[in-house]
Amino acid sequence: MTTKQRICITVNGVRHEREVEPRLTLVDFLRHELYLGGTHVGCEHGICGVCTVLIDGRSARSCLALAVQADGCDVTTVEGLRDGATAQLHPIQQAFVEAHGLQCGFCTPGFMMTTLELLTENADPSDDEIKEALGGNLCRCTGYESIIASVRLAARRLREQQGA
Amino acid sequence: MKPASFDYHAPPTLAEAVELMARLHEEGVDAKILAGGQSLMPMLAMRVARPEVLVDLGKIKSLDYIREESGAIAIGAMTSKRAAEASALIERQQPLFHAATKLVGHRQIRNRGSVGGSFAHADPASEYPAVALVLDIVFKAVGPEGERTIPAGDFFVTYMTTSLESTEVLTEVRLPVLPAGTGWAIQEFARRNGDLALAGVATTLKLAAGVCADVRLAAFGVNATAVRLTGAEEFLRGKRPDRAVLAQAAAMAANDLDEPMSCVHASADYRRHLIRVLAERCLLEAAARAI
Ligand SMILES: Cc1cc2nc3c(=O)[nH]c(=O)nc-3n(C[C@H](O)[C@H](O)[C@H](O)COP(=O)(O)OP(=O)(O)OC[C@H]3O[C@@H](n4cnc5c(N)ncnc54)[C@H](O)[C@@H]3O)c2cc1C
Ligand code: FES
Ligand code: FES
Repeated sequence: MTTKQRICITVNGVRHEREVEPRLTLVDFLRHELYLGGTHVGCEHGICGVCTVLIDGRSARSCLALAVQADGCDVTTVEGLRDGATAQLHPIQQAFVEAHGLQCGFCTPGFMMTTLELLTENADPSDDEIKEALGGNLCRCTGYESIIASVRLAARRLREQQGA
Repeated sequence: MKPASFDYHAPPTLAEAVELMARLHEEGVDAKILAGGQSLMPMLAMRVARPEVLVDLGKIKSLDYIREESGAIAIGAMTSKRAAEASALIERQQPLFHAATKLVGHRQIRNRGSVGGSFAHADPASEYPAVALVLDIVFKAVGPEGERTIPAGDFFVTYMTTSLESTEVLTEVRLPVLPAGTGWAIQEFARRNGDLALAGVATTLKLAAGVCADVRLAAFGVNATAVRLTGAEEFLRGKRPDRAVLAQAAAMAANDLDEPMSCVHASADYRRHLIRVLAERCLLEAAARAI
């Protein structure tokens, strides 16, 4: 028997305290302990990127982090994108809708969270920079072109918002 | 794909981590160090690794630094690859290591994966061990008997095995500053951007009076560890680095390789072919940078 550990993780601005087994991954913590099903889980060994969240502002595969490792951290998931007050979609979400950045939608949370990190660092990325940034996320449906177009659109909207 | 159960400790200091590893070892407990988890977590998920205890170094702040120290760049083992990629000091003073870092995985992997973890993990397809051989990187480790220094030539033993004892913590990676005017290059072939390489080559090339004075060449992804290609290095000494000579050296490097590994993605012959092509491109690129 292993000893459970008490952890405290802030997810999308809300503190959550739980006792967990050390082997619980962060993605299972989000989905099974907090019932935040927006973060998807695919390969469970670091290949596909669908489980991407931000840990202290940095994109990370939540299947390759233990919940105990995220003790004390600030985690942002896809549920954190939408504006809490107005319930409006985030410009990244809106851009994925308009530019057909998804078909089945399974990969979408991972792509959007990676995009959030990219556009925070680089407001006007080139196509090559977008491709490099999204290289760790797989999509079986779209063929990627519409995803790249969505990121371009999101970047433009965010720049306009900032300028306004 | 769920890890088997284990106990978890995250000691706040290096001294406590070393003491804990020693105690667990004495008690016969199978304990493993956890750094960024970008290699260990998949191994736990697939249950290739089933340690009873994980000792996480993530809380040890003193292992996270990049600083210049008497002609060398010292990097704490727990420094993220992302920090190494973002370091202007590394980009300026050790461009080969910087370029290698950018080839490791994807941004999500570099955000969490540590610099030390890649050396300790010693994946034969990783860029870092080849760069360690080319640059004569020096490793520092702390164990129950204290600190010791290990040169790159003695560090990599075989497939995913280093000369670190199971109770030792890798604490620092020391890169020499690249002397001004030295050419360098790293090239690899992978099926997808960010994947581990099927084969790759790293090199430095120093000229004196227009001829090669010192060439270092190493291959990765082909044998159980990264390998220096000393035959080609010797051949180039004293020669002008023109296209024909560099092509001859690359062919020699590929020929001299021990039988490369073979898998569904690339046969041994294909890997040997890749080394010839990549070595030639690398040498050309390094020669163009050298002054
Ligand atoms: C999708 C994907 C793509 C990748 N692509 C590449 C690539 O192209 N090139 C590449 O080189 N790597 C690649 N990796 C591996 C990645 O770079 C890992 O980060 C790295 O191999 C290990 O670093 P870590 O900090 O995550 O270590 P961990 O996974 O935590 O540990 C790895 C091993 O090293 C040991 N260890 C770690 N730190 C220490 C220490 N300080 N002292 C003693 N032992 C220690 C651990 O016990 C464990 O056995 C990839 C990984 C993934 C998931
Ligand atoms: S589920 Fe995490 S990378 Fe595939
Ligand atoms: S939209 Fe279906 S996997 Fe990407």
